[in-house]
Amino acid sequence: MVKYTIKRILLMIFTLFVIMTMCFVLIKLLPLPAVKEMGKDINIILMKREQMGYGKPISVQYALFLKNVITKWDWGVGEQMYETLSVWNVLMQKLPYTIIVNLYSILIAIPIGLAFGIYAALKKNKWQDHVISTAVMLFISVPSYVYAFLVQYFLCFKAGLFPITIPSSETTSLFSFRMFISMMPAIMSLGFGVVAGLARYTRAELSEVLTGDYMLLARTKGLTKAQATARHAMRNAMVVILPMIIGEFIGIISGSLIIEKIFAIPGVGSLYISSINLRDYNFFMALTFFYTFIGLFSGIVMDISYGFIDPRIRMGAKK
Amino acid sequence: MQNNEYISIPKEKFEFAPVGEKIYDKKLETKPIGYFKDAWIRFRKNKSSVAAAIIIMILILFAIIVPIFSHYTVEHRDGYYKTVLPKFDLLAPLGIWDGTFTKTDTRAGYYYYNAIGVESGYKAVIGEPKITIDSEGNESYKFKADSYNMVGYVFLNLTSDEYFALQKYQDDNEIQVIYPMPENYKTNYTIGNAGANFWYKLKNNNATSSGEPLLDKNGDYIPNYIERSSKDSADYTSKMRIASDTGENGKWFAYAVKNQTGYKVRVLYREYYIYKNGFEPSFLFGTNAYGQDIFTCLAAGARLSFILAIFVSIINLTIGAFYGAVEGYYGGAVDMILERISDILASVPFIVVVTLFKLHLAEKVGALPSLLFAFVMTGWVGMASRVRLQFYRFKGHEYILAARTLGAKDGRLMFKHIFPNSIGTIITGAVLTIPGVIFSESSLSYLGIINLETSSLTSVGTMLAQGQGYLQTFPHIILFPAMFISLLEISFNLFGNGLRDAFNPSLRGVEE
Repeated sequence: MVKYTIKRILLMIFTLFVIMTMCFVLIKLLPLPAVKEMGKDINIILMKREQMGYGKPISVQYALFLKNVITKWDWGVGEQMYETLSVWNVLMQKLPYTIIVNLYSILIAIPIGLAFGIYAALKKNKWQDHVISTAVMLFISVPSYVYAFLVQYFLCFKAGLFPITIPSSETTSLFSFRMFISMMPAIMSLGFGVVAGLARYTRAELSEVLTGDYMLLARTKGLTKAQATARHAMRNAMVVILPMIIGEFIGIISGSLIIEKIFAIPGVGSLYISSINLRDYNFFMALTFFYTFIGLFSGIVMDISYGFIDPRIRMGAKK
Repeated sequence: MQNNEYISIPKEKFEFAPVGEKIYDKKLETKPIGYFKDAWIRFRKNKSSVAAAIIIMILILFAIIVPIFSHYTVEHRDGYYKTVLPKFDLLAPLGIWDGTFTKTDTRAGYYYYNAIGVESGYKAVIGEPKITIDSEGNESYKFKADSYNMVGYVFLNLTSDEYFALQKYQDDNEIQVIYPMPENYKTNYTIGNAGANFWYKLKNNNATSSGEPLLDKNGDYIPNYIERSSKDSADYTSKMRIASDTGENGKWFAYAVKNQTGYKVRVLYREYYIYKNGFEPSFLFGTNAYGQDIFTCLAAGARLSFILAIFVSIINLTIGAFYGAVEGYYGGAVDMILERISDILASVPFIVVVTLFKLHLAEKVGALPSLLFAFVMTGWVGMASRVRLQFYRFKGHEYILAARTLGAKDGRLMFKHIFPNSIGTIITGAVLTIPGVIFSESSLSYLGIINLETSSLTSVGTMLAQGQGYLQTFPHIILFPAMFISLLEISFNLFGNGLRDAFNPSLRGVEE
């Protein structure tokens, strides 16, 4: 297991390195936009560029870039936006918004999704199951931005239940109730898809597990249906469901670009979009690293978690 | 126990067996059921998938047919019929889907819109208003408004040719298009419909949209047209004159004002639109903020999305099938290396790929090809891994060994013997690529990372982005593209599920 994990991590570092190299070269092949005139700050940016090997061959620049990142975790400074501020610090400032919206959303969505899934599995092929399955089918297919429009139109504009914008973190604490309420439309829009996805998985897994012989044994021993389901069936169904939930939890860091844009949440996604539109390549590199790393990392964690949850599964085992 | 019954059987009862002729198996009288026929039989049983397939066909037909037969094109942008509401001519007389909405306005605003109907007969205000007075004494009028007729009148600059042609059209069809010029704007007529609807006297003569009307003792508007002593002032020779223009006291209304370049006139925009375009303004899904017909734009956008998606699907299928075949068939070191390459490509976030292609290629080859490349760049990986899996499953089978023993070459083994096994998964994968591409395109356009919009081109994502700013005031702009995408995703999901089950022979007979 340890050997497998180390192997996966080394592979991840290699993949990350290759992707970053490709991106770096492709970005450096583009003309670097000129620094906007803004008083004395321009000198800091120009000095920073000089330090990063501006004008030297790309290989030299890449070596400098790697050296800065590895030794000092220095991703450069903002050139076209957040001028002269450290790219990584700005990213870390934006991250809480993204994390909190997504965290709330899955914390609410997971119990609901599980409940629907379990209920549908227990009532398999009855009308309750058909209703839930049809709803799940619809909710899984409809893109999340459509929910966002519906929520925004009906709940924000028509009913006026929620404010349209999010208060700034200077006046309102990120963890306050007011922030929670104003984030509610985004949380709901993100949540529908998670609920539907989780309900579908849970139903499929649980209804398969429920037909197992050991369930019959549990009932013959005298356990009630609820006891047998909770103690035996759920535990086995969780082998598949739990890695999915873990994946969701890691996914909250990267967030959803489109939901952040619709509800004007000042998170990582909006930072990424403005870095593209304003062509700030330092931000672009840092965010590319960020997204790639999270994608790779969640893959590893999900794979390894199978082994932890169910010792019968040994990832990477030879035949 | 003796069997006495058969003791004496007559000789005639015996026949000689046919010795000389050969006996063959009888030909099967039932028709053989092939792989695809079998899949079709099972697909047919899945009613929801069949329904989804029909909806997809309708959506594709919509995308193909509408841009051909529509009055409108994507380029057709009308400066005055902006954000008008959906209107379906067949249902409009019933009072549904008729381009009306409930408007709340001030007193001045109500009289402004009501005046259009009083002068032209095309009512912008339908029925009686509901008046409420708040604590500060402000009146607010709630009324049913027709978004088409609310445009009303427009000031235009016409050359003399255009002017006389329009007059001739009026006389030939007996339709009043040109209406008398009002006094309020005597000195500065701006082109457009600002102020063109103030044909009545105002309390203070400074005509703005908040101008309160001056009413006579019956509560009617008091006309405020320019009056001239000659009947044909500014060369208005048309016999069409409004009813109140009787020439009383030797005064006639002026229908135009002459200037150096031609004539300034005030036209009823609805009639002028018919004169210009030859059909009545009526937009099935309404128009957006640029005055484009949403129905036509949606079809054109859908067509673009479908074409892009089908191209991506076919290219991904081809690359993925070859790559996966080579990986799966040869295995070992080849598989290891190729798998690492596809692993790395698959790990690059898609949005990063799109951005890099946009930054590098969009200016050289255009936005659409660069997006196509981005989709192809990483899209084939999924297909390749599916094909690879099928190859691993089947390459060890006895029939492959038999074919190899008979001398079949690698290429023949791969594509003649193993590949057909993966056709089911490939077709399912290719079909499910289409909604994925359309969804990604719409999201990326919406985010503004790609921009497929040109004067004659639009995409569903662009339409969503255009509607976002008007979500509160004109939700119909975003409603129809969003409905289209939702319907498409739902149908493709159902269709894909049905297809996957149909192509899975192990599910044969499970449903019954």
